Amino acid sequence: MLSYILFTLTLGGIYALLSLSLNLIWGGAGMVNLGLAGFFAVGAYASALVTGAGAPLVIGWGAAIVVGLAAGLLVTFCTLRLRDDYLAIVTLGFAEVVRLVALNERWLTRGADGISGIQAPLKAELGTAGFNLFYLGLVAAVVAVVWFGLRRLDLSPYGRALRAIREDQELASFAGKRVLRFKFEAFALSAAIAALAGALYAHYASYVSPDHFQPLITIYIFLGVTAGGVGRPLGALIGGYAVVAFLEATRFMAALMPGLSPLQHAALREIMVGLALILVLHLRPQGLLPERIPPAPRVP
Amino acid sequence: MMSAFAQAVLNGIMNGALLAVPAVGFTMIFAVLRYPNFAIAAYISTGALAGWVANTWLGVGALPALVVAFAAAGLVGVAVEEAALARLRPSGALTVAIASIAANLVVENMLRFGFGNDLRGYDLPLRPDFRIAGLRIGPQAVETFLLAAVVMAVLFLFLRFARLGRAMRAVADNPDLARLKGISPRRVAMVAVFLGAGLAGGGGVLLGLDTAIDPLTGYRVLLSVFAAAVLGGLGSIPGAVVGALSIGLAEEVAMLAIPATYRSAIGFAAILLILTFRPRGLLGERAV
Repeated sequence: MLSYILFTLTLGGIYALLSLSLNLIWGGAGMVNLGLAGFFAVGAYASALVTGAGAPLVIGWGAAIVVGLAAGLLVTFCTLRLRDDYLAIVTLGFAEVVRLVALNERWLTRGADGISGIQAPLKAELGTAGFNLFYLGLVAAVVAVVWFGLRRLDLSPYGRALRAIREDQELASFAGKRVLRFKFEAFALSAAIAALAGALYAHYASYVSPDHFQPLITIYIFLGVTAGGVGRPLGALIGGYAVVAFLEATRFMAALMPGLSPLQHAALREIMVGLALILVLHLRPQGLLPERIPPAPRVP
Repeated sequence: MMSAFAQAVLNGIMNGALLAVPAVGFTMIFAVLRYPNFAIAAYISTGALAGWVANTWLGVGALPALVVAFAAAGLVGVAVEEAALARLRPSGALTVAIASIAANLVVENMLRFGFGNDLRGYDLPLRPDFRIAGLRIGPQAVETFLLAAVVMAVLFLFLRFARLGRAMRAVADNPDLARLKGISPRRVAMVAVFLGAGLAGGGGVLLGLDTAIDPLTGYRVLLSVFAAAVLGGLGSIPGAVVGALSIGLAEEVAMLAIPATYRSAIGFAAILLILTFRPRGLLGERAV
């Protein structure tokens, strides 16, 4: 039971990181990323491969961040000048291509079998229970650092410029903001955070395979960010934890319906996730912790 | 080698005609309502399974199955639009798009709940392939191609001559002006969604005539459908047809050089190429 709770909390932290990543571009600059699962996967595989080749953990995480940044730039390269719907379609395609590569390039990713035996830091020294506790703390610490950084960013002139772009791109560019550059940077940073979440996941689970990075994860994170509060890092953070709690709750709710096959169980849970997202969008689109918009300073 | 290429071109045209039907459906909803409807995947699967039920339980042929699927997917589309999407329109296209992803998840899983994940095939007579000048052509593929052509022809006649069809084009062109002329945007939106989702469902049946289907059939072709619409220019119906034929061809011809497992990556590559060099698509409006 304890290990179940620890596992759920650790996963919550990883989802919180993904939510912070999505919130940065969606809440910050009004861009969507429907390929979040793809960036998550890229980071997980990058770190798994680099540490698998003998590099220390820190290098693996660094590699995940770098690869995430690069993937973010690649995806935005030809879409940012266009309307936002194009970015949505391209990011969706990106995640699909990542999945295909993970599935088919066996020399690199070992295909559907996945990569197992990924280095788990200090697991030998701490034992399984100790490791789970240690990793929970580690993930929580990373979440806290990223949250703090993004909050600072949010309050800084940079964050204000991003929000100006979200509200009215043309006006922002009239005011002398380099809109494209802001969007590029924000998206790349967001992709890097998602990739870091992937690296954290890989070294926790010690095993990654294409099955771990279903497009569903992206929908979970959208649910988390909308429920928590778009445009506010703390809201996204709480949303990330909350969505994991909700996912676990659907497991029990689906179990209340007797006489269903395992497949129908799974289907029922996903229906609940979809309905929850639709309901949140209708009933409380501003989320649990709405964005705080500071009042304009008074003219003395 | 030459004949392999000719065979790929032939298969590509067939494949493209099949993609054109849902691609037109997707782009039609975009033209009128200005948001990308991701639930199109679930509508394709809905149509594929509705057609399968009509075909295997009631024993009807391909054309009646197509009509049943069109109606079923169209009605599901209108129900989803009214229940889950319509009220979000003031919040912007991206919000509606995200809600449509959630709706896609709900409908897809309702299908999985009811039908399970098994692959199902339509009940069709087995006929030997023709051979013309060294090329293999399946009679079923020809029939599917003709069905797609008929659907397209009916649609173009409707948009060109029917009052409602012309009203739809007017709204797509300029919603404010259309409203001033007394066209009800609500009604036109509903018809566009019915037709768009219905076409997606029809496309599902065409896929079912071609291969086996399951509740994820629509999701698997989603990227190709998007690619067709983007290639032709989002919102352009003739564009979607041209785009679908191009993507269909590209997918089949590329299979000569790269492994078949990367088939759905072709659509993605095509999207990136077209957005880099001609973002408004082959026949589309400005994309900025």
